[in-house]
Amino acid sequence: MVDPITVNTNAGETLLRFRDDVVHDEPAVTLDAFLGQTNATAVRLEAGDDARELLPHLGQIALVEISFPTFRDGRGYSAARILREAGFEGELRAAGDVLVDQIPHMRRCGFDSFAPEKPVDAATLTKLLALYPQPYQKAADARVPVWKLRHG
Amino acid sequence: MYRYDEYDQSIVDARVEEFRDQVERRLSGALTEDQFKPLRLMNGLYLQLHAYMLRVAVPYGTLDSRQMRMLGHIARKYDRGYGHFTTRQNIQYNWIKLADAPDILAELATVQMHAIQTSGNCIRNISSDQFAGAAADEVADPRPWAELLRQWSTFHPEFTYLPRKFKIAVIAADEDRAAMRLHDIGIQLLERDGVLGAKIFVGGGMGRTPMIAHEVKDFITADHLMSYLEACLRVYNRYGRRDNIYKARIKILLHEIGVDAYRDQVEAEFAAIRDLGIDPPLAELARITAMFAGPDFASDAPDSVDRSDPDFAVWLDQNVAAHKQPGHAIVTISLKPIGGIPGDASADQIDLMADLAERYGHDELRVTHAQNIVLPHVRKADLYAIWTALRDARLAEANLDLISDIIACPGLDYCSLANARSIPLAQKIGERFAGRQRELGELKLKISGCINACGHHHAGHIGILGVDKKGTENYQLLLGGSGAEDVSLGKITGPGFDEDGVVDAIERVTDRYVALREADERFLDTYRRVGMQPFKEAIYG
Repeated sequence: MVDPITVNTNAGETLLRFRDDVVHDEPAVTLDAFLGQTNATAVRLEAGDDARELLPHLGQIALVEISFPTFRDGRGYSAARILREAGFEGELRAAGDVLVDQIPHMRRCGFDSFAPEKPVDAATLTKLLALYPQPYQKAADARVPVWKLRHG
Repeated sequence: MYRYDEYDQSIVDARVEEFRDQVERRLSGALTEDQFKPLRLMNGLYLQLHAYMLRVAVPYGTLDSRQMRMLGHIARKYDRGYGHFTTRQNIQYNWIKLADAPDILAELATVQMHAIQTSGNCIRNISSDQFAGAAADEVADPRPWAELLRQWSTFHPEFTYLPRKFKIAVIAADEDRAAMRLHDIGIQLLERDGVLGAKIFVGGGMGRTPMIAHEVKDFITADHLMSYLEACLRVYNRYGRRDNIYKARIKILLHEIGVDAYRDQVEAEFAAIRDLGIDPPLAELARITAMFAGPDFASDAPDSVDRSDPDFAVWLDQNVAAHKQPGHAIVTISLKPIGGIPGDASADQIDLMADLAERYGHDELRVTHAQNIVLPHVRKADLYAIWTALRDARLAEANLDLISDIIACPGLDYCSLANARSIPLAQKIGERFAGRQRELGELKLKISGCINACGHHHAGHIGILGVDKKGTENYQLLLGGSGAEDVSLGKITGPGFDEDGVVDAIERVTDRYVALREADERFLDTYRRVGMQPFKEAIYG
């Protein structure tokens, strides 16, 4: 999906979603709470949490929300890729201090849902997402790296 | 040399458009300075004391004459007629207007250049050996690997908001001309059982806590280099410290958890990702390598040089190195004239160096981490003509690796972080020792205007660190550092000095060295043999 769908949640959040399934309505629990009980289906990871602790449970998780306390804190990019590399197909949401110029990289790391603290300009986002014709690296999205285009 | 194809060009062109839009949003107020800062930094644009500074990337220090001329053009049109070559083999301009920056990037893109990731907490310009492709002692040309890394690291989606900046160097010889082990990751290519691969060192760096990189991987082949490096970076991105900017480099992570624990974590990460198809096929390295095949050297180039002009002979002995091809030589053009600003070149000088490369040097130039320029492939028969042209442009200082071949940061004259000036001190040292520097032999002197160590003072045979002492500039002296294959970190001699005092102290050190040296020992060798004490006595009495 190229452009996001804007969704207003019951909790009053505005989500930008790059998936067309229904928004998961169970509130996310912390990693500690999730590991301490077995039936939660939505988890919130703080920037310092170890995403690998979720790997044994991916089948039961519909939503992982990853927190960005400041836009400078890049740990969430690695957390997202780790989850996607392990086969997680549920909603992966970036929440917090998420800036419009960061969303293209976050998409590449596997995020398909965004809950920015401050609203992002839709026109700017559309432009940024279409800006680079192809990436240099393989990442967690479906985009084809330059070396693959060169060599098949 | 590497040439962009349509894919490379389209990415650099897109970057120009993206940055133009970001500057417009900043000027309109849609972006705050706080939000704009990381975006402009990722494009090498710093706000300095007087103006914006723009740092342009010179990947692994390699340029052709067209690119070099563009650097001169930018100096002339957008700056005050000069540029400053840096220790990262880049060039920076100190008097740039924000509104001009997008146009400068657009001009650079026309000659396959950019300012991508020349600052910011991301993977910076990949540096390499300035003699690559010309040195007799290399197992391979390291630049194809560096280009592979350039592409991999460009807009890497996961590693753009690292805890701190990240520097990688690649060499392929036992002699280390790139300070490889003072990098966050240092890569040394070597051959094993007929296969070319890389030894990986992690956790080196200068700054306020200098450390020498540890060997983390004995040998990794090209087909898994990227996935291995992703593992190295991912462990750092996840666990590097973010609570204190001064403890955020990867060297601190290795220091705190230990190299063995770091290696184990990297190996676990590598095992998880090595088969995910992250690595480009070997055909990509082969494609790039073919572009670095090197020029067709004349096989009958004469090997003898007429040394009858004594000034030329001095320069020949000091600034010209052996080439792998008979009848050829490697010329280092010193950007350290006595009394000048280390690393600065005027637009006219830049044009002249481009002309020489085009006429005599197979159209290639290199920038060195010691802030000089190299013509890597010239015929010995042309050396005299080259020297004559350089001399007329004030570019023929015969001081490569001598005490006046100083690495200096911009210091308090330009930099908002500096505590002390570096440039006037470098000028004074040059003037003091100009007459006797050849007698002192190889003596690498490096000056930083603050503890961030941009002037590599930890790696100087003699290092100088500028500090602020109750509101006045003060200089500490260090001895015994090296950025080469005999890498070591300098030690502070004792209490600091004012500007003239530190020049006097250096003279006492060099006098003592001359008295102590045996045979043809370099200063560094004598220091290592006798230790700090005799020099301390000479300085402080």
